[in-house]
Parts: sequence; structure tokens; C-alpha cells
Amino acid sequence: MYAAIVFFPLLGAAIAGLFGRVIGRRPSELVTTALLFASAALSVLAFNDVAIQGHKYIIPILPWIHSGDFAADWTVRIDTITAVMLVVVTGVSSLVHLYSIGYMHEDPHRPRFFAYLSLFTFAMLMLVTANNFLQLFFGWEGVGLASYLLIGFWYTKPSANAAAMKAFIVNRVGDFGFILGIFGIWAVFHTLDFDAVFAAAPALAGKQFIFAGHSMDILTTICLLLFVGAMGKSAQLGLHTWLPDAMEGPTPVSALIHAATMVTAGVFLVCRCSPLFEHAPAAREFVTIVGATTAFFAASVGLFQNDIKRVIAYSTCSQLGYMFAAAGVSAYGAAMFHLFTHAFFKALLFLSAGAVIHSMHHEQDMRKMGGLWKAIPFTWAMMLIGNLALTGVGIPVLHVGLAGFYSKDSIIDAAYEAHSGVATYAFVMTLLAAAMTSFYSWRQFLMTFHGRYRGQDHQHLSHSGSHTHDEPIDGAHDDQGHGHDADDHGHHAPALSEIHESPKVMLVPLALLALGAVFAGMLFNAEFIGHESRVFWNGTLGAIAGFGLEPQVEDFPAWVEVAPFVLTVIGFLIAFYYYILHPAVPKRLADRKGMLYLFLFNKWYFDELYNFLFVRPALWIGRFLWKRGDGTIIDGLGPDGVSARVLDVARGAARLQTGYVYHYALAMLLGVVALATWFMISGGVL
Amino acid sequence: MSLPLLSLVTFVPLLGALAILVLPSANAARWIALVTTVVVFALSLLVWAQFDSHNSGFQLVEKLDWLGGGISYHMGVDGISMLFVVLTAGLMPLCIAASWESIQTRVAEYMIAFLVMEAMMIGVFCALDLVLFYVLFEGGLIPMFLIIGIWGGKRRVYASFKFFLYTFVGSVLMLLAIMSMYWYSGTTDIAVLLNGVHFPVAMQTWLWLAFFASFAVKMPMWPVHTWLPDAHVEAPTAGSVILAGIMLKMGGYGFLRFSLPMFPSASEMFAPLVFTLSIVAIIYTSLVALAQEDMKKLIAYSSVAHMGFVTMGIFSVTHQGVEGGIFQMLSHGVVSGALFLCVGVVYDRLHTREIAAYGGLVNRMPVYAACFMVFTLANVGLPGTSGFIGEFLTMLGAYLHNSWIAIFAATGVILSAAYALFLYRRVIFGALVKPSLQTIQDLSAREIAILAPLAVITILLGVYPKPVLDVTTPAVAKLIGDNKTALLFDHAKRVAAVQKETSK
Repeated sequence: MYAAIVFFPLLGAAIAGLFGRVIGRRPSELVTTALLFASAALSVLAFNDVAIQGHKYIIPILPWIHSGDFAADWTVRIDTITAVMLVVVTGVSSLVHLYSIGYMHEDPHRPRFFAYLSLFTFAMLMLVTANNFLQLFFGWEGVGLASYLLIGFWYTKPSANAAAMKAFIVNRVGDFGFILGIFGIWAVFHTLDFDAVFAAAPALAGKQFIFAGHSMDILTTICLLLFVGAMGKSAQLGLHTWLPDAMEGPTPVSALIHAATMVTAGVFLVCRCSPLFEHAPAAREFVTIVGATTAFFAASVGLFQNDIKRVIAYSTCSQLGYMFAAAGVSAYGAAMFHLFTHAFFKALLFLSAGAVIHSMHHEQDMRKMGGLWKAIPFTWAMMLIGNLALTGVGIPVLHVGLAGFYSKDSIIDAAYEAHSGVATYAFVMTLLAAAMTSFYSWRQFLMTFHGRYRGQDHQHLSHSGSHTHDEPIDGAHDDQGHGHDADDHGHHAPALSEIHESPKVMLVPLALLALGAVFAGMLFNAEFIGHESRVFWNGTLGAIAGFGLEPQVEDFPAWVEVAPFVLTVIGFLIAFYYYILHPAVPKRLADRKGMLYLFLFNKWYFDELYNFLFVRPALWIGRFLWKRGDGTIIDGLGPDGVSARVLDVARGAARLQTGYVYHYALAMLLGVVALATWFMISGGVL
Repeated sequence: MSLPLLSLVTFVPLLGALAILVLPSANAARWIALVTTVVVFALSLLVWAQFDSHNSGFQLVEKLDWLGGGISYHMGVDGISMLFVVLTAGLMPLCIAASWESIQTRVAEYMIAFLVMEAMMIGVFCALDLVLFYVLFEGGLIPMFLIIGIWGGKRRVYASFKFFLYTFVGSVLMLLAIMSMYWYSGTTDIAVLLNGVHFPVAMQTWLWLAFFASFAVKMPMWPVHTWLPDAHVEAPTAGSVILAGIMLKMGGYGFLRFSLPMFPSASEMFAPLVFTLSIVAIIYTSLVALAQEDMKKLIAYSSVAHMGFVTMGIFSVTHQGVEGGIFQMLSHGVVSGALFLCVGVVYDRLHTREIAAYGGLVNRMPVYAACFMVFTLANVGLPGTSGFIGEFLTMLGAYLHNSWIAIFAATGVILSAAYALFLYRRVIFGALVKPSLQTIQDLSAREIAILAPLAVITILLGVYPKPVLDVTTPAVAKLIGDNKTALLFDHAKRVAAVQKETSK
């Protein structure tokens, strides 16, 4: 029965995708959404059955690849960690389906949109229910495909197409590591099944194998390779550049894929493989450093973005960094807990932002918003709840607060508690990031909903790139910030009186997610990270022997417990000061274009660097190899050269030296090949 | 088993060709060719049905005395060759259907060329005699020269000349090798040569190189690949499909049938060279593909890269590598054939293969865009498509041999995504602004009938490859086992020789 959780969405995708034009738009929406809700209902049953009652299911579906002693099959595996993911994925996905009925109601390609959404959900469910690394990889690539299709959903927009391609290719860079990790696992364990691999892992701790010609620690190498895959999917520093661009997709997509579910797949992978990571301390240190640095980096970039969706995108990137930092210090329960709560409040934030954008007639630039709370009070309230949950507002002494209060603070505490050099770095970084999170969140909130409405102020120049001197908010004109949600053929921000609340079909999902954002932390903190965690996780997290997850210790120094709260308040006060009390100041700062401002505003120049290092050289080398390598050298000496020589001889004009350069070049090429071959033989590499 | 099934599959196309000679009108030729190829496909499925997948030896064997002196008409298939027969027979009707409207001159001759070519290609995979193999292997090129040279594009003469020059050099060397094999062993029977003839190691080296010269050109491997893009660009659509779908596979088949089992020590010795060339092919041609401006050239270069995975897998001499190589060849036969058909669809409408001439086709051709997407993803090797399984298994095999090879090959995973999606974006996505595209029509029923089965097979084999792997597994296991035994034998002989030397 639980296998239906996975295959209902596939059925929906097939119906809407193949027959959408036959059955019509509304039926396509209804069928996919209904199947998703059915899947979500079953997921709740499965959660109760597995996570609460303590059962475990491994349901074989079909054989897949069998070659010699290699075997990998299609299976649905449901244990506690899967059950948590099932609830998150089907819960958010069904609400996003529902929301999209309202959000996308003007789009003629709705069947295709809903087919993609359901296809994504199917792939994500295949990922979380995998019983072996290869099916996990199938889901991994499947969600990448769905993400590609959905980012590029509005295919007439060049920026959307570019973003879609970038997302796929950057993820493939991560997959490069992932697939090598899978090869390594098979070479060492001779199986890809989770239980068998994890059971054999402790015996291999500290052992070495030959990888890339060097003797390396087996588990460290494998874990690092897997983590490269996780970095791509979860947009960690270095491979994060696709995520902000992915905001070109429709907003419901951003909420589902690029906030609540797909991007957390990397965290899921690390937690799923925690029995391996537990025996690879060096790999875990790397995970911690990358996670903590990403948390800090992304928050810093989020400080000065003007596009409402991009702020949340960087926020997502930063929060994922928190999760990795937790996993790196062995606090897998905290990582999964933050994944769980984050799904609710981040989906809530994105869908609220979508409601704002919908009300603003597809305007995303916060510099043209302001004062919207009067026009759309419900959306205002939802966004407020989302922000309170994200910034982790709660009462430290009483241990009562919104979702982020429990999960984010538990990460900061875990980093403090781990007491290693790397963990201390993570502690400092996550604390600083908490302050910045508060600042950018409230800056975004205040710019959007409070102050003066600026939508009508400067339309004549909104697209021209110049700006007036009395513009009160950050005035730097950016090229990236103009990624509008839909076809941007010269629309204008509406008058304040024209802005209305979104339809109910969009607001109901917001309300349900808000419930999650408020209560998810309170209700489940005992299970995920508290005294019931050992029973709850039931051996799925941490090392098999010596469960690496301990109930939270309560006796931190007072300052550690209060610090996140204080920093959050400081962040809020700064935002309030600059964006409500003195709105002209940020504008002046932006105009001055200080080094730090430009550095942050331009996202630490990662895109420029990668373009310079990889994208342009690849095209240039390709062209060079084609024209010179294939054309001049191989053909010049091969068929063309031979025929030319024959003709030369026939004419009696033995101008043999004309081919000299080509001969020389070919000799060089062949020499390189011979040398490489010889090197490999003699070096014992082969 | 009294019905000579393999002879039927091989020679029924010739009957069709004869029938066209009798009824040479354009329409009759089309219908006769279509009916013939469909019948042959049905016969090939019968071969599959008769095939015992637990048996690792040759099956459906037919043997007749032919030229005397140990040279006989010997046919038979095993788990390595059987599915190539099915692939060839399966692609053929689609090729005929794809030529239905685009070929308007000398239709009868065109159809005859295709049917003769089909007979030759199927024969290559069934032949169990070296002479028979050689005759069919080289004979199959003649119809292809004609197809490119007569029905090809503007530079067709240059392309067919180049194609000829490359293959000619390889063929001469292979013929010499076959002759010396005959002198040494007194037989050209492949089954005998496989089970019981051991060539001395020094001789293996030269035989291996001679066969390599021929097969490397056919694959094609870097740096003897430059005939392929030109041949593809000039060939008519169906010609490209056969070229990429079947002809390239003859090289890989040759490595599996001859190089690996008959010259095991030489294969082991030259494996580093093959790996180097394979890796160069994967990275170099992927980068070149990225820079292409012609749709067919781009797909042709990507074929070279994909064949790099095949040679890498085969010479890893691991079960996964070899089986992955076979699977990759079968999958690539379907996927690259389908991609060339996709290019043919828009070429028929606009008569240009220039990528820049297109853009935004999805606006008017959604069904086409969907089909193209499936094949693009298979080309990229996305799990769930047939393209993934071959790529994964060959890389796994290479990893087991040496992790460096897999590391280099895995960069192809990134690059293939880059060039394939870049092509797709430029042709399919974007706004439809070019005036010449404003009235372009989506797939016709005929075109859907051609592409839909290929799309279904691509996904089906990606999700459930068992039918194929079941057939290949026993034969691959035998191949690997025999190779290991033969290596031990060669090694023992060498040790014995050394001992003899020292005892003197």
C-alpha cells in the first residue's frame, strides 16, 4: 500500500503530461492535485506506522540492473528518516499543487506545469524511498531534470532557459563526485544496498584503498565524494551559483523544489549515510566547514538583494548550510529537524512572496513595494509568521517558540557543544549568520509591507537602469534583480488601490503551512532531538553501534543560550532603523558603491569567476580543438594531406615542405598520447 | 531447428531488392522495401524468441561448405551478436519510413541500396567465418558510399572520399591479418579460432594492431574519427541513422569477437593505449561538440564521445565493463538513430541543419519538442533512460580496472549535459521569432509512428534492462572467463620459454 505514495504522483504526471491536452486544463489540475493529497494522506499513515510505532518496510518493486555480481533493484524502503521526508515532500507538494491552481490560473500551459510538478514529486519520493545508492541516484537525477524543466517552464524567456541549463550543469558537477562515490562503494563493499553497506562500514574505519593512484582512507574518500554530490544539489558554497538563478521559475516551484524539498536532498544524503560519516571524521570536518561557511556567505549576500525571491533564495542557501554544519558535528537529528521545520516556514515564505508578486501583478522588485500591509493583511500576517519562524523567535528561558527557534538554536548549541576547532568555527559562523538572517528577513519584510508605497514613484525609469536622487531605498540598479516572474513585457506596478488579496485557493495552503511553522518545533522537538529521539530514529541515524546522537544537554552557559536571541533582536533593530526610521541612508550607502557593498551585492563575484575560469575556456577550447585539432592537424595530415600530396606529386611539383608544420604537429600529438600511455604503464597506474 | 532462420534474416532483404528490380516505380519500391524490412524485423524477433539465453555458445548454427580449404558458409549468433541483428532489423523499417517523402530521386535505386546494406550488416553479425565476415564487413560499405555519394548533400563527394580513404587503410591491414591467421591455423572458422587456437604472443601483437586499424576507424576512435562528422553531415537522414546506429557498432563488435578472445595478451598489452584514446575521445570530442554550429555535426561528435565509453568498457575486461559496452552500443543505436531522425524532421521542413536557423520550435512543435527531449536526456545519460545503464556499467568496469580512467570518463557526464542541453536550448526553447519558422508544422502521423517506438524503447530499457542483460550475461561471462584462461595459457607458455632458455 505504501508503494502508492510514490506512484500516485507518477500516475498524475503521466495523465497530465500525456493526455493533458485531451482532458483539458482543469481536469489535469484536479487529477494531479487529488492524487498528491492521497499520497500525502498515506504518508501521514506511514509516518505514524513507521516513525511512531517503530515498524520498517522494504517493498521490492522490480529488478533493475543486474550485471555479473552487480545488482541494484527498484525498491520502496520506509524507515524513520524516509517517513519524515515523505511527510515533508508530499505535504508541501500537495499544498503547492493546490496553491498553483490559483497562482497559475492565467497560464495556458497548466497541464504541462502540473505534470512537471507531479513528476518532480515522484522523483523526490524515489530518492527518499531508495534502498540502494543507485535508486537514490535515479531520484537525484530525476529531481534535477524536473527542476530543469520547471525553471525553464516559461521557455520564451532567455533568462529562464539560461538558469535552467545552469542548474542542470552545476548539479552535474556535483554528480561527478556522487557517481565516483558510488563506484567506490561498490568496489569496496560489493553491494549498493544501504543496510549491507552500513553494516560493513565500522570494520573499514581507518582502512586504506587505492584511489586515483594514491592510498587513501576508504570511508573518508567515499564520504567526501558523496558530499560533493550533496554540495551540488543543496547549493553549498562553490556549487551554489545555480540556486539564485533558479528563481526564474514560477514561484510555487521555488517554494517546493528550491526551498522545501529538492535542495534538502543533500542533507538527506548525508544523514542517510551517517553510519558512513560517523567513521569518517575528516570528511565530517569538511562538511562542517562548508556548511558553516555557506551559512555565513549566503546570509551576507542576502543582505542587499532587491528581488524579493532572491532574498529568500539566499536565505535557503544559508539555512542549508546550517543543516550541514549540524550533520558535520554529528548532530544528525538536529539537521533533520531543521530540514523538517525549514520546509514549512520556507515554503510559507516563498508562497507568501508569491502571493505578494501575484497581487503586485508580477512585480518582484522590493524597491517598488512598501506599505502593502493595508492592502493585503492576510499575506502580511503569513509573511510575518514565516519570518518569526525563520529568525527563530522564542523565549529562551521557557523554551517556547516558533519552529526555527527549536531547530536552529539546537544547531548552534550542537556546534558549541562539540568543542572542536572546526565546531567552534561553525558556532561563530552560525551565530553571525543568525544576526544577518534577522537583518535580511526584516529588511525584506519592512521594504515590502511597511513604509511608503513606491510602486508608482519612478515607473518611467524602473527599466531604464537609472535612478532618481530622492529614491529612499537601496538604489543600485542591478541587471540580475529584474528577473520578473512572468513574461515581462513592460508591465507596470499597479496603484496601491488596485492591489488585492490573492484567491482563497492560494491563501488556504498558506494558512496550513503557517500552522506548521508555528507548531512543528513545539510538537516534534522531543522526537527529533529530545529525550525520545533514540526510539524515534530507531537506528537510522548515526553509527549503527554507539548511536552518535545524544539528547540535548540542558546546561549550557547562559550566554550561549541567549546569544542567538540577542543577535536576532540586533538584526531586527538595524533593519528597523535603516528601513523605517531613516530610509534615505541605505540609498546613500548603495550609491556610494563601497567595496564591501559591491562585493556582497555581486554575490562575491562567483558567477564572473566561473565564467572566466570554465564557461568561456570550454567553448574556446572546443572551437580550437575542432578547427585546429580536427581540421588542421588530423585532416591536414590525414585524408586531406594525403590527397594534396598525391596531387602535388602528380603535378610534378614536389612541394613536400608545405606539409611540414602539420607533420610536426601530428608527431607532437601522437607523442603526447604515447607518453601518457607509457607513463600509465610504467607508473603502475594501469 | 530445421528452418535456416539466420540465412533467412540475412537474405530476405536481397529478395526485396530483386523485387524492386522487377517493379522499379517509386511507390512500389517504397512499399516493397517497407514490407521486406518489416518481415525481416519479424524474423529477427523470431531469432530472439528461439534464442536460449542460458546458453553461452553459438546458436541457430548453419554450416555449409563454401570455398573449400576450410572456408565455409558458417552462421550463428551468441549473446553478444544476437541483439545487434535485432537492432539492425528494427532500425531498418524506420529508415525506410523516414525516407518516404524526403527521397524523391532514384527511389528504386535508393531502396535497393538500403536492402543490400541490410543484408550485409545482418550478415556481419551472424558470420562465423573470417572470410565471410570480411566480405560482408567491407561489402556493407559500398551501398553506404553510394547513399552518401548520390543522395547526399553539397560536399558529398568529399565526404564519401574521406570515408573511403580511412576505411580502406584499415581494411587492407585487416585482410592481411586474416590471411596470416589462416596460414597459421589452417582455418578461418571463427568458432574454431575461439576455442582452441592460441596465437603466439608476438604474432598476437601484429594481428591485434591490424584488426585495431580497421575497428578503430569504424568505431570511430580518436584520432581517426574525422570522417564521421563529414559523412553524417552529407548523408541523407536514413543514412546517418544506419551509420550511427549500426555501422559504428561493427567496430565494437569486432573488438569483442576478435581482439579480446583471440589476442588476449595483445589486448592486455594495448589496453592502456585504448584507455588513453577513449578518454581523449570522451573529453576532446565533447568539447568539440560544444562548439558546433551544425546539428548533425554536434550529434556526430557526441557519438564519438559515447563510443569512447564503449571501448573503455570493453578493454577493462570486467563483466560490467564489457556488458555495459554492449548495452551502450545497443542503446546508442536507438538513441543516436532517433536524434538523427529528429534532425531529419526539421531538415525536411527547412532544408538547413544550422542551429542558428532554429529557435523556439516548442511553440509550434510541442510533440516534437517532447520526443527530442527524451532522446536528449538519453544522450546525456540520465538514469531511467537506456543511455544511463551503458554509461554507468562501462564507467564502473573502468573504475574496477583503475579509478583514474573512471575519473576522467566521468567528466564526460558534465560535458555531455552541457553540449546536449545547449543544443536543445538553441533549437527548441526561446521565442519563435524567425520568419521562416512561423508556419512550421508539428510531427505528422508518419513521423510520430517513427519516433514514438524509439522513445518507448529508450525509457523501457532504462527502467527495465533485464531482457537485454539476460541475453548478454552468459556470453559476456564466457568471454571474460575464456580471456582469463587464455591469458594464463600465454603466461605459462612464456614462463616455459624462459625456463627452457635458462636450462640451456
